[in-house]
Amino acid sequence: MSLPLVSAVLLVLAVAGYIFGRGKALKTVGGDSRRLHSLSGYYGWNAVVWTLAPSLLLLVIWLLLQPIVINGSVSSMISEETAAGSSLDLVMSDVVRIAEGLDLAATQGVMSAEDASSIRIELTDVRDRLGDVGVALGSDVTAETLRAAQAYREISATGYLLRSVVVIGAALLGLVLAVVRTNPEFRARNAVESVVRWILIAAASIAVLTTLGIVLSLIFNTVEFFRIYPASEFFFGLTWAPSFGGGSVLGILPLIWATLYISLIALAVAVPIGLFAAIYLSEYATPHVRAVAKPLLEILAGIPTIVYGLFALLTVGPLLMNVFGSGGALGVNWMSGASSVLTAGMVMGIMLIPFVSSLSDDIINAVPQAMRDGSLGLGATHSETVKQVILPAALPGIVGAILLAASRAIGETMIVVLGAGAAARLSVNPLEAMTTVTAKIVSQLTGDADFASPEALVAFALGMTLFVVTLGLNIIALYIVRKYREQYD
Amino acid sequence: MTDTTLAQQSDTSHASPERTVFSILEGDALTRKRNAAEARFKLYGIIAIGIGLFFLVALLWAILSNGLGAFTQTFVKVEVPLNQQQIEEAEKSVVKTSKYRAILIEAFENDLSAANISTGISAKDLEKLFSSGAAATIRDHVLAHPDSIGSTVGFDLIASSRVDGYMKGRVDRDDLAQDKNLDAAHLDLADQLQAAGILEKRFNWEFVFGTDASDSRPEQAGIGASMVGSLFMMLVVLVLSLPIGVAASIYLEEFAPQNRFTDLIEVNISNLAAVPSIVFGILGLAVFIQFMHLPQSAPLVGGLVLTLMTLPTIIISTRASLKAVPPSIRDAALGIGASKMQSIFHHVLPLAMPGILTGTIIGLAQALGETAPLLLIGMVGFIASNFPDGVAAGFLSPNSAMPAQIYEWAKRADPAFYERAWGGIIVLLVFLMAMNIIAIILRRRFERRW
Repeated sequence: MSLPLVSAVLLVLAVAGYIFGRGKALKTVGGDSRRLHSLSGYYGWNAVVWTLAPSLLLLVIWLLLQPIVINGSVSSMISEETAAGSSLDLVMSDVVRIAEGLDLAATQGVMSAEDASSIRIELTDVRDRLGDVGVALGSDVTAETLRAAQAYREISATGYLLRSVVVIGAALLGLVLAVVRTNPEFRARNAVESVVRWILIAAASIAVLTTLGIVLSLIFNTVEFFRIYPASEFFFGLTWAPSFGGGSVLGILPLIWATLYISLIALAVAVPIGLFAAIYLSEYATPHVRAVAKPLLEILAGIPTIVYGLFALLTVGPLLMNVFGSGGALGVNWMSGASSVLTAGMVMGIMLIPFVSSLSDDIINAVPQAMRDGSLGLGATHSETVKQVILPAALPGIVGAILLAASRAIGETMIVVLGAGAAARLSVNPLEAMTTVTAKIVSQLTGDADFASPEALVAFALGMTLFVVTLGLNIIALYIVRKYREQYD
Repeated sequence: MTDTTLAQQSDTSHASPERTVFSILEGDALTRKRNAAEARFKLYGIIAIGIGLFFLVALLWAILSNGLGAFTQTFVKVEVPLNQQQIEEAEKSVVKTSKYRAILIEAFENDLSAANISTGISAKDLEKLFSSGAAATIRDHVLAHPDSIGSTVGFDLIASSRVDGYMKGRVDRDDLAQDKNLDAAHLDLADQLQAAGILEKRFNWEFVFGTDASDSRPEQAGIGASMVGSLFMMLVVLVLSLPIGVAASIYLEEFAPQNRFTDLIEVNISNLAAVPSIVFGILGLAVFIQFMHLPQSAPLVGGLVLTLMTLPTIIISTRASLKAVPPSIRDAALGIGASKMQSIFHHVLPLAMPGILTGTIIGLAQALGETAPLLLIGMVGFIASNFPDGVAAGFLSPNSAMPAQIYEWAKRADPAFYERAWGGIIVLLVFLMAMNIIAIILRRRFERRW
């Protein structure tokens, strides 16, 4: 029985469970639901839970274990000399393909079911016949792999049959148990609610699981990378020169340098503009101006980063070329291509303006009015109040906001992929093209490199570095913001 | 202080001849300085906001001025007589479209002489006016309508990207000096054709609903298939992130005890909201593709990755709207004997729903524009040239997504494709705007004060 069919049967059983559970509860009290402990629907839901929970659990375990068990038993059929010629994984994937092809041929009627399990390489050309049903095989089928594939089919078929029997059996058992246990005193509501509670907890845990998934996927591949490539060369190397043929030099320092450089330029654009905008909006602007200007600025934060990337590549880059490039307005030749650190940094700065301004705005608004009144009452002008009372009071929060903006700048991808260039170099000229950690993660993982090669695995090490750095910044920033907020609460 | 110094001080202060008389109406130098500083400070704020708004306008102007061109397209009208014998011959040959191209050029030359336009351009060069996909258009028509063989059918064929660019002002005659494909004679012909009404520029539905054709035919590229890919991805995100996010928020807001575990969850959620999106791409690659062997480039995988990214946004906004429901509602429900679970699911949740939906739409809008994680799970490696057939194929067969498609066009370093990329951005922004407007309307409509 196929997976959708099993699921459909389970669904039908669940519906039946609801009807039987509710019906039984109502029958035992003769239709007078006041004598039941819970509302009648809860008895139905209780039966649904008992039908689905154990069977689904079994199904998931089965789905995870079956491929492992089958692979284990079939791979023992493949002799060592075949496995030595190419890797066992490759032979096994061939076996699986042939098995799928035989299945397909059997369902399409090209082969009878007995033929599919009994054909021999000596009697017919399996490759051609599978080609007829649209399964292309790279190499000729050997007698051994064909036998393994047929064994694979048999074991899978038994596995699927057993799976259906066990899972549906569990569902039926649960249904019967739940219905039998239904009586007027049974606390169905409490039973159902505790299950719902567990579902809620499971949903909340997904955040933890996601983090765990991120950390594990990064760590495993990073460790794998450092097994082939020395960590000291990765962290302290001054050249980044990957070559997909092997023999790459993978030093992270040029990437880190460009990342920090671009982030610095972005912050130099975003922080003054964002901060002054926030001060004006929260201290000076009339409600009317504020109601218009604030959402307009926040549009900048809602625009996808690919748009900024294109803006950097096609508008800002050529504009800078017209100023700094050869034959440009300044008559200097400092810039050789449209993509540069300055291009990406400026555009990223634009993106970060609303980020800085919104966070600072909240923090400035959180400064109690009494402090303003005190300062103004002593005769200070509004700007003096802002500079000497409000900003010092809001400083920790603003620093937190800037750190959050910095971590965003470091992790930003699309703008640097399109705007900053692809050459990794250590240079102080902001008009040169450089490349960052995120851009290199993209280029290393979108190539055709084998996953086991250092050229692909290095992306995970880069990701790990990025993750650790941004996480550290975020934690510090959140800590500062929270600590500051407590002062007035 | 001694008496003498005091006396001296009082003496100097009293005897000071420079003592000025202050007027209330005009300030002294210091006051003027302070007021000037005040005005300057205020001006800085205005300038900062002005710069921010200027950037916004510049961005929108760049998008609109560069992208609107993608929505119009130059078409050439050709009356093609579909001759039975010619078509049979073409269908028998190996390279079918080249035969069809010959049919097309022959028909076009006839049209030209009928319109009294003399070209002096050879048949081979005349071809360059048309997109290389034009012959395929004719063949597709023949295959779809076999009964039209023998009659003369009028086709609106897509012009080549250079001619199209000339009509839109993207290509001018100076550029042609470096161009091997087109020369001034072609442009003269194009002008004549336009005057004769054979060549015209009009709205291009192909761009909105078509599929990306190939990397050498920008004039045929369309964003339709990736729109479908984005739609399926958003379905996955919606179906998964809304229930999970709401369930998680309910637990954290209403049931969670103050202990290590819930603390861990809360810190985790605020951290996840700030993790760079590319890291989620790495997660998706390692877990969903490397470990679970889900198909690459499938909207299902993209949707799963974006779900994980969107969850923190939804949880944070859902918690805020649950918190906004006043305790009296809960108390009233509990007071008449509802369980805690009932009070939440029957009373609090429906009241918080508008806020939750608003947050969800905003989260979805963010997910729709996200690109970086999609690059890693392979949604750029695949060029969607067909619409998926069927619902299951929509989730599982490789497709692209709108931002990934835009990136793909932006990478091709061809002005004709850049125009498509800007045009794609307009389509994307229209979607985002629609979603945000829905969110605002929801908020307005259901806003209530307690």
